[in-house]
Amino acid sequence: MINTPRLRALKRAVLGTALALGSASILAAADTVTIGYAVARTGANATGAGITTIPNYELWVKDVNAAGGLTLPDGSQRMIEVVEYDNRSSNEDLVRAIERLASQDKVDLILPPWGTGGNLAVAPLFARFGYPQLAVTAVTDKAPDFAKRWDRSFWMLGGGHDYAAGLVDTLKAAHEAGTINNKVAVVSVADGFGIDLIKGARPAFKEAGFDLVYDESYPLGTSDFAAILSEAQGSGADSFVAFSYPPGSFGMVKTAQSMGYNPPVFYIGVGGAFPIFPKIADGKPTGVMAIGGGDADSPAIQDYFARHTEVIGTPPDSWASAITYASLQMLAQAVERVGLDHEALAQEISTGTFDTVIGTVKLEDNQLRDLWWTGQWQDGAFRAVNPADKAGASVPVIPKPEW
Amino acid sequence: MLKVVPFLALIALIVLAAVPFAVSDYGLGLLIGAVTYVTLASAWALFSGHTRYISLATVAFYGTGAYTVAVLNEVLPYWAVLAVAALIGGAMALVVGLATLRLAGVYFVIFTFGLAELVRQLITWYEVNVTGTLGRYIFLDITARGIYWQMLGLAAVTIALTAYIQRSRLGLALKVIGDDEVVAAHSGIHLARTKLVAFAASAVILTLAGAIASPRWVYVEPAIVFNPTVSFLTVIMALLGGANRLWGPALGAVPLFLIFEFLSAHFPDTYSIFLGLLFIGVVFALPDGVLAGLDKLKAKRTQPKERTA
Repeated sequence: MINTPRLRALKRAVLGTALALGSASILAAADTVTIGYAVARTGANATGAGITTIPNYELWVKDVNAAGGLTLPDGSQRMIEVVEYDNRSSNEDLVRAIERLASQDKVDLILPPWGTGGNLAVAPLFARFGYPQLAVTAVTDKAPDFAKRWDRSFWMLGGGHDYAAGLVDTLKAAHEAGTINNKVAVVSVADGFGIDLIKGARPAFKEAGFDLVYDESYPLGTSDFAAILSEAQGSGADSFVAFSYPPGSFGMVKTAQSMGYNPPVFYIGVGGAFPIFPKIADGKPTGVMAIGGGDADSPAIQDYFARHTEVIGTPPDSWASAITYASLQMLAQAVERVGLDHEALAQEISTGTFDTVIGTVKLEDNQLRDLWWTGQWQDGAFRAVNPADKAGASVPVIPKPEW
Repeated sequence: MLKVVPFLALIALIVLAAVPFAVSDYGLGLLIGAVTYVTLASAWALFSGHTRYISLATVAFYGTGAYTVAVLNEVLPYWAVLAVAALIGGAMALVVGLATLRLAGVYFVIFTFGLAELVRQLITWYEVNVTGTLGRYIFLDITARGIYWQMLGLAAVTIALTAYIQRSRLGLALKVIGDDEVVAAHSGIHLARTKLVAFAASAVILTLAGAIASPRWVYVEPAIVFNPTVSFLTVIMALLGGANRLWGPALGAVPLFLIFEFLSAHFPDTYSIFLGLLFIGVVFALPDGVLAGLDKLKAKRTQPKERTA
């Protein structure tokens, strides 16, 4: 009853199509390099991934394919084919998606997710399957340990202590020059990031001779900063420092503007380097300091900003975006030198020297250490001010002009 | 017929335990996810299915389990960590249950939802002000297979326990409470004790599930482990299958989990829209679950025959 001639013909047709499709995809697979990633399209991490990670992955794939594909050591070129999953901002889903990319899709290369937690969750998997992991959006003081534990992992955004030390360094110079007093008011968000920074900052400030006259943490999700800021204002500190996260960073700037709080140093955490920041600061971002920074005068960076704006529709952020793009350039250059073998690739990324949008990059112990720690808005661009002796650094403007 | 089911279940369990040898890492990942949700949905139904107290506290216990492992994994041997996690989950359920099982209806739902947030903020406060670290690492040498077998074992225990309770006086008492609490009290059922026992049993299993799953995450912080989506998914899975049936939660969890996975792979941008529609569909079309829906369908088919006969 089931096996009518018509059905048999249909079955044959379906089978034929399936076979044809199958062989087509095998052919295609031989011609392309498959690159997989599992990023947060939905959930709590979607904002961060949507600003820093996803646009740069898409831009890079577009750039490489427009140039004819990834170049292999023999000079041949292969187009990139992307396999993408949504990790729904859940580590359980993320882990499964990476297993899927590695064992089911058998992609040639895997790009890491956004965020410190995500990168740590996938690190053991990258290690087990042997893929090199270019972890950019992971700020962790334990990077040296992780690089040792998983020898094909690369950590490219430094740790909380680095950023805290960079800021203290900048303020110390200003204090020694007599532009600010030695009192600091500091607030930190009660979350992994804020705690890492404040833990690094407290001893560094003390060592530099600063007095923390106000030091409080606030819960993630706080939206009313009037009380915090008026206490900071009343503390007599010339420097206001917030180790904060995006909605909070923005809220503090708006509150400070509306209450006329004008400390000579106004520093916020993540979000200060976002392209949208000048708009949030009501067109008056000048003088605000924040985490990150870039060499705004470098032609490579200017060109990268222009292309990002053209292809994605918005400029990139001035902290991890360029580094994300640079990590992909490193990957492409490493593939060109040694091919797609994971061991050789990891070796090359670890020891090679690469030419990227952030300049010449060479990793130290699988970490990118040549980074910008502190930046400041000057003339409509977010410019790096620390390390002050690094080529391309701008001179910080202290005191900050009034709002 | 009744004797056949446990036998079949045992065979299925043996087959399922052998599956990891035949599948890829991704296949194993899928199995772990599916079995985890079977465990969560079944454990949730153990209390909520009969009493009809809709609890959104699943992730409060699940997350506590994971966090316990994160805190203790370098101090105690693994089995002791699991034991401590179970104890903490049980103790938490007793305290919370004593305080809140008097609440009924929507008040209970809101309280349980708040509980997950409360636990998360308490842990955050403690970590920020006392230990000064937020974000802990779990470096345990437990393979994905090991996690799968443990979770499968926990799922089997949960379903067996549910079967046992359903046949016991406790199960009957829970059913009466679910139908009408006043009647239950008047027929001499000790309301508080009955509810508390079921709530604690359910909580211990949920906590253990979190503890077993956590080595896969490596890095744990409150925002990661107390993800409210887990609570909502658990409820909808149990409701889809039929929360007051033995196999209902499992039958709801597996297909929903697979649909999720399919949607996130093929429609990463729009899957949440599909999901919302699916939820609405479940609530409207199958308010008592698939199993009850099937029974109804059967009844409809047989009824006209009886009438004509």
